[in-house]
Amino acid sequence: MATLSAGAFYVFSGLAILATLLVIVQRNAVHALLYLVVSFLAVAGLLFVLGAPFAAALEVIIYAGAIMVLFVFVTMMVSPGQEAATADARWGLLKALVGPAAIALLLIVELGSVLVHAPAAHVGADVISPKEVAVALFGTYVLGVELASMLLLAGLVGAYHLGRRMLQRDREGETG
Amino acid sequence: MLDVALIPGLPLAGFVILALVGSRLPRRAVAIIGVGSVGLSAAWALLFGAALIASHDVHQSQTLWTWMALPHFEAAIGLSLDRLSLVMVWVVTGVGFLTHLYSIAFMADDEDYARFFAYMNLFVGSMLVLVLADDLLLLYLGWEGVGLCSYLLIAFWYRDPKNVRAAVKAFLVTRIGDAAMAVGLFLLAAYTGTLRIDDLMLRLPHTFPAGAPVVVAAAALLLAGAVGKSAQLPLQVWLPDAMAGPTPVSALIHAATMVTAGVYLIARMQLVFNMAPAVMAVVAWIGLATLLLAGLSALAQRDLKRILAYSTISQLGYMFLALGVGAWTAAIFHLVTHAFFKALLFLCAGVVIKSLHDEHDIAAMGGLRRHMPLVFGAFTVGAASLAGLPLVTAGFYSKDAILQAAWASGPHAAWLWAVALVGALVTSVYAFRALFVVFLGETRREPARVSSLAMSVPLVVLAALALLAGFVQTPSQLGGISVFGGFVGPAVGGQVGQGGGGPGWLLLVASGASLLGLLIAWVLYVRRPATFARLADAPAWVALRQFALEGFGFDRLYDTMIVQPFVYLTRANVGDFVDWLYVCLAEVARLLHGLMSRAQTGRVRWYAAGIALGALLMLGLVVLR
Amino acid sequence: MQQVPLEHALLVAAILFGIGLTGLLARRNLLFTLMSIEILLSAAGLAFVAAASRWGQADGQVMFIFILVMAGAEVSVGLALVLQIHHALKTLDSDAIRQLRG
Repeated sequence: MATLSAGAFYVFSGLAILATLLVIVQRNAVHALLYLVVSFLAVAGLLFVLGAPFAAALEVIIYAGAIMVLFVFVTMMVSPGQEAATADARWGLLKALVGPAAIALLLIVELGSVLVHAPAAHVGADVISPKEVAVALFGTYVLGVELASMLLLAGLVGAYHLGRRMLQRDREGETG
Repeated sequence: MLDVALIPGLPLAGFVILALVGSRLPRRAVAIIGVGSVGLSAAWALLFGAALIASHDVHQSQTLWTWMALPHFEAAIGLSLDRLSLVMVWVVTGVGFLTHLYSIAFMADDEDYARFFAYMNLFVGSMLVLVLADDLLLLYLGWEGVGLCSYLLIAFWYRDPKNVRAAVKAFLVTRIGDAAMAVGLFLLAAYTGTLRIDDLMLRLPHTFPAGAPVVVAAAALLLAGAVGKSAQLPLQVWLPDAMAGPTPVSALIHAATMVTAGVYLIARMQLVFNMAPAVMAVVAWIGLATLLLAGLSALAQRDLKRILAYSTISQLGYMFLALGVGAWTAAIFHLVTHAFFKALLFLCAGVVIKSLHDEHDIAAMGGLRRHMPLVFGAFTVGAASLAGLPLVTAGFYSKDAILQAAWASGPHAAWLWAVALVGALVTSVYAFRALFVVFLGETRREPARVSSLAMSVPLVVLAALALLAGFVQTPSQLGGISVFGGFVGPAVGGQVGQGGGGPGWLLLVASGASLLGLLIAWVLYVRRPATFARLADAPAWVALRQFALEGFGFDRLYDTMIVQPFVYLTRANVGDFVDWLYVCLAEVARLLHGLMSRAQTGRVRWYAAGIALGALLMLGLVVLR
Repeated sequence: MQQVPLEHALLVAAILFGIGLTGLLARRNLLFTLMSIEILLSAAGLAFVAAASRWGQADGQVMFIFILVMAGAEVSVGLALVLQIHHALKTLDSDAIRQLRG
């Protein structure tokens, strides 16, 4: 079981990294979104291996399920396929990657060097059940829950308001 | 015991009143305050001085208040009256009062009446402070005060830029001397810890041997100050131009009092100069060179006031010569007589110029003897005294005293005496030249009637003094009166008036020189003016005369040496390199602004990159620790 | 039982974070920007859960939940804004939205 866990961990990590890399180099937004979904699923696998099944489930449901779907909808509305791809190509993708890649690499190296000097510890030993999470969530962090719900409300109202404006303009455009 | 303080205090009070409310007072009130303050001061000085002499206790000291009290230096506002300063006070207040009286009429139709008297009062007050100061710092205050008043009064008619330029020139040239003098004062203060004259005279011989570099330096610097103020070579260029001021100003300031401040300073500081014989020699030679050059320049001048100006420079040269050979009393004696006859000459010149509607050129004058006999008489007395006509004039006795002193001085005595004698001859020639050309001959312009009582009285009084003042000090061959020497001598120490020690034939030669000058002037300007005019037109002579007219090229020399380079530098620095430094600062700020503005691109990616770089740096710092 | 060291898990999170950062800085399309932000958040969440697993506590997962909530709110508002921008400027180029420059 442990060997499987360790092996699964590295497989899922490699998958996640590969998929994420592919996301940022895609020309087509839809392709990128699909790769992103794969990436999230891989991360969900990682979470599961790390003994957090509840978090893994949430990652799949909310991240890959809700957020990505939203992305797909908007992408469909906004950029109809081919035209966007050529536009992006015009913007010199490869050249633009060099600098940011360098920065990111340096950052990773820095973080890595910190980790190297950290005391040895291991993950994935225990499985933390949803019950424990729920106890912590609604016990110690109940205030956070309330704040999070307020945040969601704000997001909801904001999105609705912004969308409504567009809706009105469309209606005026049709009639006027 | 405010007695001594009243003497400078009254004129200064007059100045304050006239400065504050003078323009609102009626003319009569201004005259009363202006002339009255000086008059009261003169009367008080006379009475007080006489009382002191009678009581045989002429030394009075009065400290008014402490000026500054520092750890190693103290200065107080104190006035000290001793024999030397008493003589100076009498001259300043006496001639000052007479000049003020004269000004009532002379400046009567000037609209800045109150301003004039305010400045004149300030001048008299400052000069008295200078003379009565018992601390060199206070003396310097008075020194600067008279310099200021000279500037203000030369440029009295400030609407004409020429006058302003003359005033600025006077101020700048004397400033050179003043600056040197200040350094000299600093030197003395630094090495002896005091500038109080009495204390200084005590401490200096104890601290330094004679001829010590510090003393020599201090003496030389003080000499520089005196040279500036008394218009000696090489700082004599300002006095002829200072004639741009009103005539009473020329009479009082640039003949009788301010220019003699240098002579007074050296006499007062004679201990310092005694300790630096080299500097004393320089004093004598400066005086000698000045008296000859200025005398020759006076000979070539056509402006009546400029003749008198160069004459003043020349006579001051005589005083410096006397100081340089150690004849302190003779120098002061000549100072006194010169004050009388030179002021007299200037006041007469003022009447002449005013009556001819501001005509200064003597070639345009002539035959005024018939129109203003009083002025003619007064001018004759003045000219005679200036030339040193034997026996009857005060100038004769004082000049003779100096010649005797020159004869009896150490090495180079013969040179000093000979040149001084030639100078006396030249003096006589130009003095009588002025007299004959202006007053004799035919009338070329009709003068207006300007004389009034206020002008006549001072002329008469000064004429009397110019004749009689000499009899207080006569050489042994002529009575050996030594009242002046006996009075002033103890205050200035040194040899008590060299008059009386020399051989008798010196007297004869001196008399001969002045009479010869009279004769020459008579022949050239009265008897055969036509012949002389023909001679004078010879080109070599014309060039020489022009050179002498310009004061022997000193103005041109200074212009080339100092003024032109300075103007060149200022023009080269039009860009102002100091300002450039600050402009650079502004440019750097602008550069930075440009750079910073370019960081505000408005692009999200750019800002995100900024955040990322920042995080990188921060983490880097943490990691590298 | 061979276990996974904590450093490896955190390193994976760091790498994912770096990739997300690169995408954020390199891509001009607004949608990609938002996608990269999601990647960043996901990586952060992973790190939290890994840390929680090391200690055997549920707190990390609680934080993960909060991150998820925040991501959701942010995405909805962000996408609405993207729609508005596209409608107004007809482009999704983030470099074209420079009205706040200077």
